[in-house]
Amino acid sequence: MSQSLEAYLVLSVLLFGIGMFGFLAKRNAIAMLMSIELMLNAVNLAIIAFGAFTPEFAARASTFALFVIAVAAAEATVGLAIVIAIYRNRRTPLVDEYASMKE
Amino acid sequence: MGLPETVPYLDWRWDDFVFLLLAGVMLGSALLVVLGRDIIRSALWLILSLAGLAGVYGLLGSPFMAISQVLVYMGAVAVLILFAVMITASKRGPVRLVFQRQWWIGAIAAIVLVLLMVTTIMLTEWNATAEVQVAEPRDIAVMVFEDYLLAFEALGVLLLAAVIGGLYLAKRDDDMPETNIPDTAMRNDEEGA
Repeated sequence: MSQSLEAYLVLSVLLFGIGMFGFLAKRNAIAMLMSIELMLNAVNLAIIAFGAFTPEFAARASTFALFVIAVAAAEATVGLAIVIAIYRNRRTPLVDEYASMKE
Repeated sequence: MGLPETVPYLDWRWDDFVFLLLAGVMLGSALLVVLGRDIIRSALWLILSLAGLAGVYGLLGSPFMAISQVLVYMGAVAVLILFAVMITASKRGPVRLVFQRQWWIGAIAAIVLVLLMVTTIMLTEWNATAEVQVAEPRDIAVMVFEDYLLAFEALGVLLLAAVIGGLYLAKRDDDMPETNIPDTAMRNDEEGA
């Protein structure tokens, strides 16, 4: 089981599904960012799994996943800064309260 | 004293057992991240989920990625998220309603996506080797600093831009008065909807 690509891909898809549900359903903006981190990690797992089961691509997949981690860290920094900036104005982290453009 | 060939009483191979254990920890704590009520507990479960993923990376034969995962995600990103949670946390405790009213649409979308992807994965004939290929850290270093040197430098610039941009966005504006609306925030929290 641990030596088959399918098992790792299914694991990755399940993690992605959980993250996707969290992103779509949560009200708290920071919880949504955490769900995005889960989805990015699921994609990274798929990349590493593809690399691990393809000869000569193991190092290339790790390099690619490393770049994904770095870009995800940049995304988390800016995303959390935006959430804090909005929180400073609106005094709430709940996204369904950000309705001033609707009113 | 060595370990027996298979797991005692279960007759599984050890790497299968470790795989199932790590997958269970990872998916279980990811579910707790999403379904939990208290946001700070969600952040702590997220750390456990990422730790399980680091173990899976080790099982997949890339120890370098496992170490990076521990350093970057469990070290840096998790602390960043915890700080953001503490800055924005309400003193009145967790809100009563953690999900949007239309959460079930999101649930249906996620389940449909997972089912589609799983059927696709199962139906595809993967041209995969039977054994896990180990990614040597030396090969990764050669690849980063020779084949992808330009991308690596661009990544450094991107991270610098993210740090400066994050500081600028989160900085308190002194010349602009804060639009403080505690009344609506309190009312919304007590309604919980």
